[in-house]
Amino acid sequence: MRITDFLLQMLRIAVPYLLAASGGVLAERAGIISLTLEGFMLLGAFTAALGSFYSGSPWVGVLCGVAGGLALALVHATASVRYRADQVVSGIAINLLAVGITRFFLRFAFDSSSNSPRLEAGFGTMAGGSVFMGVVRNPLVWMGLLAAPVVAFVVSRTPFGLRLRAVGEHPEAAASLGVGVPGVRVIAVALSGMLAGLGGVYLALDQHQFSDQMTAGRGFIALAAVIFGRWDPLRAGLACLLFAAAETLQIQLQGAQVIPSQFVEMIPYLLTIVALAGVVGRAVPPAALGRSEV
Amino acid sequence: MTESGMRNAETGGQSPAIRMNGIDKSFGAVRANRAATLEVRRGDIHALVGENGAGKSTLMRILSGMLSCDAGTIEVDGRDVTGWTTARAIAAGVGMVHQHFMLVPRLTVAENVVLGREPVRAGGALLDRARAVHDVRAISERTGLVVPADRRVSELSVGEAQRVEILKALFRGARLLILDEPTAVLSPPEVQDLWAVLRRLRADGSTIVLITHKLDEVMAISDLITVMRAGRTVERLTTAATTPAAIARAMVGRDVALSPAPLPAQPVARGSIAIAPVNVTDVQELARALHPPPPAVRAPDAALPGVVAALEVRDLVVDGPRHPRAVDGVSFTISPGEILGIAGVEGNGQTELVDAIAGLRTPSSGSVFLLGGRDVARLDVRTRADRGLAHIPEDRHQRGLILDFPVADNLVLGQQHLFTAGGVLDRHRIDAHARDLIAAFDIRPGDPGLPARALSGGNQQKIVIAREMGGGRAFHVLLASQPTRGVDVGAIEFIHARLLEARAAGKAILLVSAELPEILALSDRVAVMYRGRIAAVFARHDASAEVLGPYMTGAAGSQAA
Amino acid sequence: MTTPAAPSPAPAFTAESPAAPSRAAAWRIAVEEAVLPTVVALLIALVAGDLLILVFGQQPGAVWRLLLDGTWGNAYGFGQVLYKTTTLIFTGLAVSMGMRAGLFNIGAESQLAAGGFGAAVAGLFLAPALPAPLALVVCLTSAALAGGAVGAIPGALKARFGAHEVIVTIMLNFVVLALLNWVVAARLHVPETLHTPEFTVGRIARLSRMVPAFQGSAANLTLVVALAAALLVWRHLFRTRRGYELRAAGLQPLAAEYGGVHVPGVWMRAMTMSGALAGLGGVNFVSGYKGYYEDGFAGGAGFLGIAVALVGRNHPAGVVLAALFFATLAQGGLAIHALVPKQMVEVLQGIVILAVATAVPEVRRLLRQVVRRPS
Repeated sequence: MRITDFLLQMLRIAVPYLLAASGGVLAERAGIISLTLEGFMLLGAFTAALGSFYSGSPWVGVLCGVAGGLALALVHATASVRYRADQVVSGIAINLLAVGITRFFLRFAFDSSSNSPRLEAGFGTMAGGSVFMGVVRNPLVWMGLLAAPVVAFVVSRTPFGLRLRAVGEHPEAAASLGVGVPGVRVIAVALSGMLAGLGGVYLALDQHQFSDQMTAGRGFIALAAVIFGRWDPLRAGLACLLFAAAETLQIQLQGAQVIPSQFVEMIPYLLTIVALAGVVGRAVPPAALGRSEV
Repeated sequence: MTESGMRNAETGGQSPAIRMNGIDKSFGAVRANRAATLEVRRGDIHALVGENGAGKSTLMRILSGMLSCDAGTIEVDGRDVTGWTTARAIAAGVGMVHQHFMLVPRLTVAENVVLGREPVRAGGALLDRARAVHDVRAISERTGLVVPADRRVSELSVGEAQRVEILKALFRGARLLILDEPTAVLSPPEVQDLWAVLRRLRADGSTIVLITHKLDEVMAISDLITVMRAGRTVERLTTAATTPAAIARAMVGRDVALSPAPLPAQPVARGSIAIAPVNVTDVQELARALHPPPPAVRAPDAALPGVVAALEVRDLVVDGPRHPRAVDGVSFTISPGEILGIAGVEGNGQTELVDAIAGLRTPSSGSVFLLGGRDVARLDVRTRADRGLAHIPEDRHQRGLILDFPVADNLVLGQQHLFTAGGVLDRHRIDAHARDLIAAFDIRPGDPGLPARALSGGNQQKIVIAREMGGGRAFHVLLASQPTRGVDVGAIEFIHARLLEARAAGKAILLVSAELPEILALSDRVAVMYRGRIAAVFARHDASAEVLGPYMTGAAGSQAA
Repeated sequence: MTTPAAPSPAPAFTAESPAAPSRAAAWRIAVEEAVLPTVVALLIALVAGDLLILVFGQQPGAVWRLLLDGTWGNAYGFGQVLYKTTTLIFTGLAVSMGMRAGLFNIGAESQLAAGGFGAAVAGLFLAPALPAPLALVVCLTSAALAGGAVGAIPGALKARFGAHEVIVTIMLNFVVLALLNWVVAARLHVPETLHTPEFTVGRIARLSRMVPAFQGSAANLTLVVALAAALLVWRHLFRTRRGYELRAAGLQPLAAEYGGVHVPGVWMRAMTMSGALAGLGGVNFVSGYKGYYEDGFAGGAGFLGIAVALVGRNHPAGVVLAALFFATLAQGGLAIHALVPKQMVEVLQGIVILAVATAVPEVRRLLRQVVRRPS
């Protein structure tokens, strides 16, 4: 069945996007720019590998990965919310830090500059040669599929979600009603770190190892999905699936040489630029996005 | 508690809803409140009136916990609440409806209302949206504040948005409602609806403080009136026992130039910077001392016959970002050596009018002529400036100055191309220019290298004035928008003297000011702007606060231009 | 109106401006605002570095000494520092140019790559007979044009549609790098590699030709171009009308508009110049070092340009010093690799940026508080 192969492949590619983009929606809707997803993911992948390697349990890996993303997110939140540092600068620094920390401790822990040893305890997407069984049995796949709907629900149906939206649109109005703007923002960034970290966990446990810079720009594709999805969790999720579908198509057509792979790689980024320029209906960001002063 | 209990006993258990005493509040060098007092009876609609900058909003922000006062005491229902926070004020039933709405446009009405105090279900995990909508509707029905509860705020009219603000306060259980200039954005029928709501709330036992400067409103709705001027409380009147004229006198001060009697002429030497002798502290007095006799009697809305108008505006229509037709077909002319004052409550299109003449906003239709030349309404800012248009902008911190640039660089802003040789700034000329202007306009401290941010408000404004009017700048028309806002008395006198001097030198001046005394003291003719139109034009000797008031508030006035 | 020849009469007001700071005080505050965050950041980075070194079971003193020895302690190491400084000066200037206009150019990475590609294309296709100085000019121009074109896109999208330059430049990085990768892989590469053939036209001489001690290091005369560019940027920003208008638009767009400045035009020009500066940086690797364009040569120098601009306070002189600092750190990583993984410096870079970004608003707030309080 070509179509199921295609869908399974697409899903495998989409899971980290879905997790990170869901986190990105939360942070951006609270007014914090999510350049940091890449860094959160990378550190999450690394700490997941550490946890899984030393404990022999994939679930310890999951916990460690989430904690890694969370830790870096709290650094970002401290800088950009508590100390009102420029969110873009802080974001760039967070990404550099993630690369540096993972490389340094890769040497420290595994004495390698490229990758960790093989992780016996992982959640692969191959089980006994069947991709289908592997995907179905991988709990992280399910988490990825659920992330966008859950975030959509939280944003639209909970008191926290209402405050999150208010804080990202008009922090002064929210503050005038006694909503703790910094608190909401810190929680949103923390959640985005945990979700993006989980995306990193998926990568490490699926490939059964951590390798240097293994996120390879996936955090930015997730950010592109957030913007292309106009900061709506469900639409951002669909954008993730779309981008993953394009990649899958490219992989499956590789033999045929129809389109150079580089052009397929460009699709998410080009679509995002087009969306921002508003050629077909302008993508309007949350009104207070990027504003650190309140 | 004991103390307030005792006070309660003294007043026979009938402590007022609000008692504010000796409130002082300064912002830097500006003293917004000076020993201000306010006492509001429970169950009253109490009008707090005064001109722009009289300190009304500051006093109410202090009451609602948004600002803390430097000195003084606040009691609400006999309880000392001095220095409380917004959260505690809300909890105590004090709600403030701001002039600038605090609404989240992308949220629905119900979401805006319940934000921060959301009804929940499922053990607090979920937002009870149905109840939010239900609660909003319930308050709507009780008070007559009808708003579509599930519509997004961005889709509402301004009047509806204001109702949402009031709903927000009522949802939080406000028994004491403060409304800051609530009618500034409303159409007449909406104003009537608002009055109906306020009367209903009063009947339910709520206390309402209404900040306004529109006298007709005060007379229509209030029980008692407190008048503020220059940060102080100057009068407390019973509405039923007073007249608009009496309130107006209290607002602007008894010694305003209400009488248009001709003033003794004192020629101002052209090209000098002769300033009136020291010791003049009263603005009006100074203006009188300097004001040349008014021009010959003529039709008030026409320029001098036989003279080419320095500035002519014809059928100008400007669409603002929020208000379509913010300027709605305005025409006027100003002759050389004439000051046309634009009076009016702020937000009636003055900003948009000046911006459109200066080239900062593109008019939707209409023309602007400088010295009888071609229409400049679609030319850029620089071209207009080069053709003799000078502009003192309303907001010197946003527009008039680059606060982090040195004084010298600020003194060439807008003329930078004239201080350039082959694309390179001529530093020597810029510095010489700065030294000349600093000396001529006595800008202090007189260091051209200091960033403008480091100077006081008055000296910052003098940078703008010096740049636009001094140093051999060849201009014919000056747009002076709120030229003395936020500056100290000394600088006000100085600025007024320069405006009159420019008038004597044959410049045409469009003076826009929220300070009616300033308009009356300086203008040859006064036009009143209301809702984007010129409601009336008066020769100076026909203009007074009493005459202009009804036009400023829309109570009188044809649409004549 | 003319200024009076005679001394003006006594002013009509006596109100003293309440807190009239002297020029010296204002200058001192400005310097403190510029220097303090950096000092704080360096101290934090030093402590963090100590911790990382201790984690690895080494003596901090020994590692720091090794870092200095390997960078400023010998000619080769110093030459490498100068080589890395050169690229960072360009990318730092590029980011600063945007910042001064109020724009955040995160696209220096791909502008740098495009510039290098432009230089290589010129070098590959120019006639070998072309006189060397002319060839050099063509190569430099080609690099600046390529980088400028990449910078102009976000500038135009911002000016025309208001599209946020941060996101556009990030996204454009991936697009441009993928495009270059494709061109090189599909058309221009030497088999088995990801670089173009070597060229000889328009090459820039190594410094070792003049100072033999630099033998082996990649430092080349592009450094002189970089210093000249810093000087020109300074002159443009602070001595020309366009620069005056650019800074005005960056600080207060509304005031600039009032002053007759066409602000979207400034955005367009600033982003184009920014891209051109980053593009010129590509010459350092392509024409000065390798003699060919290689995929991925930018290697993060574009992103590091943000750190350089930040620490250099967007002033060309500061940028040169900050570039020297970050280049020393980068080269120092290699020097200490025997004791501690070189990746330690990447962590330190991140910490410095984070600390400066955090300290800048904080220091400003604290200083202003101190000033406001009457002493």
